[in-house]
Amino acid sequence: MAATMTQENGLRKAFPLLLPAYAWLTLAIFLPLSAMVYFSLLTSMSPSEQSSSLTLENYAAFFSDPLYVTLLLRSLRLGLVVTLICILVGFPAAYVLAKIFKGRAREAIFLLVILPFWSNSLVRVFSWSMVLREGGILDTALNSILPFEVTFDLMYSYPAVVIGLVHSYLPYMVLTCYLSLQAIDDALIEAARSLGASRLTTLRRVVAPLALPGVLAGSALIFIPVVGSFMEPRILGGRGGTLYGTVIEDQFTAVYNWPLGAALSFILLAVVLVILLVSAPVLRKTA
Amino acid sequence: MARVEVRNVSLTFGAHKAVDDVSISFEDGGFYALLGPSGSGKTTLLRMIAGFEFPDEGSIHIGGEAVESVPVNKRRIGMVFQNYALFPNMSVAGNVAFGLQVRGEKGETVRRDVADALELVQLGHLADRRPHQLSGGQRQRVALARAIVTKPRVLLLDEPLSALDKALRTDMQVELKRIQREVGVTTIFVTHDQDEALSISDRIGILNNGRIVQEGAPEEIYDRPKSEFAATFLGDANIFAGTFDGTRLRLQNGEAIDLPSDARPANGDLRLAIRPERVRLVPSAALAESGSSQSSSHLAGTITRRMFSGSQSTYLVESGGQEYKAIVMRGNAGELEVGTPVAMQWDRSDLIVL
Repeated sequence: MAATMTQENGLRKAFPLLLPAYAWLTLAIFLPLSAMVYFSLLTSMSPSEQSSSLTLENYAAFFSDPLYVTLLLRSLRLGLVVTLICILVGFPAAYVLAKIFKGRAREAIFLLVILPFWSNSLVRVFSWSMVLREGGILDTALNSILPFEVTFDLMYSYPAVVIGLVHSYLPYMVLTCYLSLQAIDDALIEAARSLGASRLTTLRRVVAPLALPGVLAGSALIFIPVVGSFMEPRILGGRGGTLYGTVIEDQFTAVYNWPLGAALSFILLAVVLVILLVSAPVLRKTA
Repeated sequence: MARVEVRNVSLTFGAHKAVDDVSISFEDGGFYALLGPSGSGKTTLLRMIAGFEFPDEGSIHIGGEAVESVPVNKRRIGMVFQNYALFPNMSVAGNVAFGLQVRGEKGETVRRDVADALELVQLGHLADRRPHQLSGGQRQRVALARAIVTKPRVLLLDEPLSALDKALRTDMQVELKRIQREVGVTTIFVTHDQDEALSISDRIGILNNGRIVQEGAPEEIYDRPKSEFAATFLGDANIFAGTFDGTRLRLQNGEAIDLPSDARPANGDLRLAIRPERVRLVPSAALAESGSSQSSSHLAGTITRRMFSGSQSTYLVESGGQEYKAIVMRGNAGELEVGTPVAMQWDRSDLIVL
């Protein structure tokens, strides 16, 4: 009884603090999203056709054309690959930041990690295109070092998309891993070592399990936007960059079929939610 | 179980000499306390024996084997940390089993040894709990079980009781001593708590500014401290500072004190110490009445404060601009009031020449 009382009381006190955030979220997300739900159920949004009516056809289109499923699977695989590379690259960096560097050195290295956040994402992607294309920076540099001629052209390929996306999203992984690694008491690592564990065993049995929440948070932050990404695939991927996200973008910007684009978006949202729901209990168990 | 030998070990952090040419041996099966104020280098010394820090100079031997460049996981030591450092992602049994598992022990052996270790610390019934479900004292026991289950050559404890409240701390001291006896492992215990060091250990090493100030049995250090630091850090002491003129110690205010009969110090600056409980207080009035003159050493003074603590009273006595402390057990004698003129008396043999 007393517990519920204090909880209610606490909620009343917290209300003024919660209001701005939730009011904003309602306006900025809920309303546009509701509009999108409505659009996705329309037959057409063209102003010339007056007889626009409600239908589920747009959702049915996803299942009738195997292209959409293929592209969605491709996007999911891309999300998986990018997330995995981010873990492999980001976790060790976060470990060094959290557990080895101290003071000034840590601040400096940290800045280098955050730096991508400070540059415009479009600029970032275009600068990659200068590096990766044939006759670009990477190609020229390699040829000036290597004694034999190589043509190095990653531009407009799947690897280019992966490189661009890893670059964009790596800081999320470094930051979330850093936070969870930093929270691990150094004495725990020392305790494991004093009990005879090698560095690798300590990492596997103590550090990694305790840092798992950070890895998972980072993975979620990366996986979800990567699956729906369209800018990097469009600019760096060329023909190889046709993905679920770019198709959705096309519906809005090129084909002007907003109802189909909206429907495809909601299918993606549903698929991602299902993936998170299914994986949550498994991950909670391992954590 | 092994003898630990530290020889001429130094370690400098930047400009700070944390441990400065320390030599000390820890006999097989002994219970040692390293006592000192914070920053004295006691923890750094312990961490070098453990293998978390490596000495710039000097050698460390465990069981006759030079270990100063052996990494911590190869030293076969057990360590208990100040905040216990239990793995939050493992159960109590999992924590204790960890050291056995990383050594590649088989499942059956692990189960048996874990059960034995938990039995030893009387926590067999909590094997499946998580560390956060335990009280401070229970965590302490788990940490201890985890450290000794691997049968280490030496057990290192870094202020393990400092996070516990006083009553629990006393219990754990007794418990720790019992377990140490039962296991027989050489134990080195770092603390800044002098009572803890006195009550628990066979021998004490006092550290200050990175050096061993004095090393010996608790009674020996208490009765015969070699320096003012040792005298005042381990227990309480009144210090008489003055000049030795060949026969007596002359204080700045002109008073003179007889030395112990066997003391043969050089002329010049000299310090004497006396424990507060060795000082007797006699009201000046009573002294005049009995007519007993200045047979034993004494100083005249006035009581400025009385602190009552149950079985005893601590008096502060002002004499010649100095404040002295006297601890009087409460017997049949009545309490002395603040402001009473008294004579502080003592036996010459209780004076300690520093």
